[in-house]
Amino acid sequence: MTVIATPAPAPRLADLTVGDVVAEGAFPLTRDSLVHYAGASGDFNPIHYRDDVAVSVGLPGVLAHGMLTMGFAVQPVVDWAGDPGRIVDFQVRFTRPVLVPADGEAVVTVVARVGAIDTDAGVARIDLTVSSGEVTVLGKAQARVHLA
Amino acid sequence: MSVNPELQGRVFPPVAPYLVGREKVREFSRAVFATNPINLDPEAARAAGYADVVAPPTFAVVVQEATLAQLLAEPDAGIDFTRVVHGDQRFSFTRPIVAGDELTATLAVAGVKSLGGHSMVTAVSTIVDASGAHVVTATSTLVVRGDE
Repeated sequence: MTVIATPAPAPRLADLTVGDVVAEGAFPLTRDSLVHYAGASGDFNPIHYRDDVAVSVGLPGVLAHGMLTMGFAVQPVVDWAGDPGRIVDFQVRFTRPVLVPADGEAVVTVVARVGAIDTDAGVARIDLTVSSGEVTVLGKAQARVHLA
Repeated sequence: MSVNPELQGRVFPPVAPYLVGREKVREFSRAVFATNPINLDPEAARAAGYADVVAPPTFAVVVQEATLAQLLAEPDAGIDFTRVVHGDQRFSFTRPIVAGDELTATLAVAGVKSLGGHSMVTAVSTIVDASGAHVVTATSTLVVRGDE
């Protein structure tokens, strides 16, 4: 892939309003996604790829890595901001697991809204609603984005 | 066995430096569904002012991981890793991680709290570059479930 384009212009703080939806995304997770993340991250806990191990520790089935969900949840914000280096702070609480079936997919959706604007610091707080099915899976999911 | 309250305030020796590889950043980027060219394409990263591809925000967990392993292996910690659940996670950046960085992480235990039979351990890993300059602080709250 060759990209020649100059970086996309960043959104401007002055153009934002608290409550605005600035980005959305939908991420279909399969077992392949989990194996890929295990290899890339080095987190080889078998509850993320083996049903028998997951069940043996009392889980309903194989779960996505919380850090995988955190990892893609911020990507719509990165694309909106135009540069991953503009994310200056990112936090989440892991509230509910994402169950990933062996022979299908679990779709996780992300809605990113402006939560607060700090003009002096040049930072917008973007609040993420991250859901699988009808339930949210992350709490207090907030990315702080440095903007002019 | 319960978590040793005397862990609070303990600072661990720095872990061995982590050299951030370009292909590791690209592999991790794909695993978290990153599509921004600055994560994937060195030319796009240079055009945006970076020396090489920029890691997604949550890549810091890969560098942090060795410090959490240190914590779980601490002989007097009393942390049974089979009972550990990741409660929440935060990354606070001075600058993004870029391929070519040599990063060193140092763990401090900021807090140990008991809550209804469970323990909550707050682990703060401070990550600096080869010059000693701060890059990112990764903070994890680990929930250690008590005996049933």
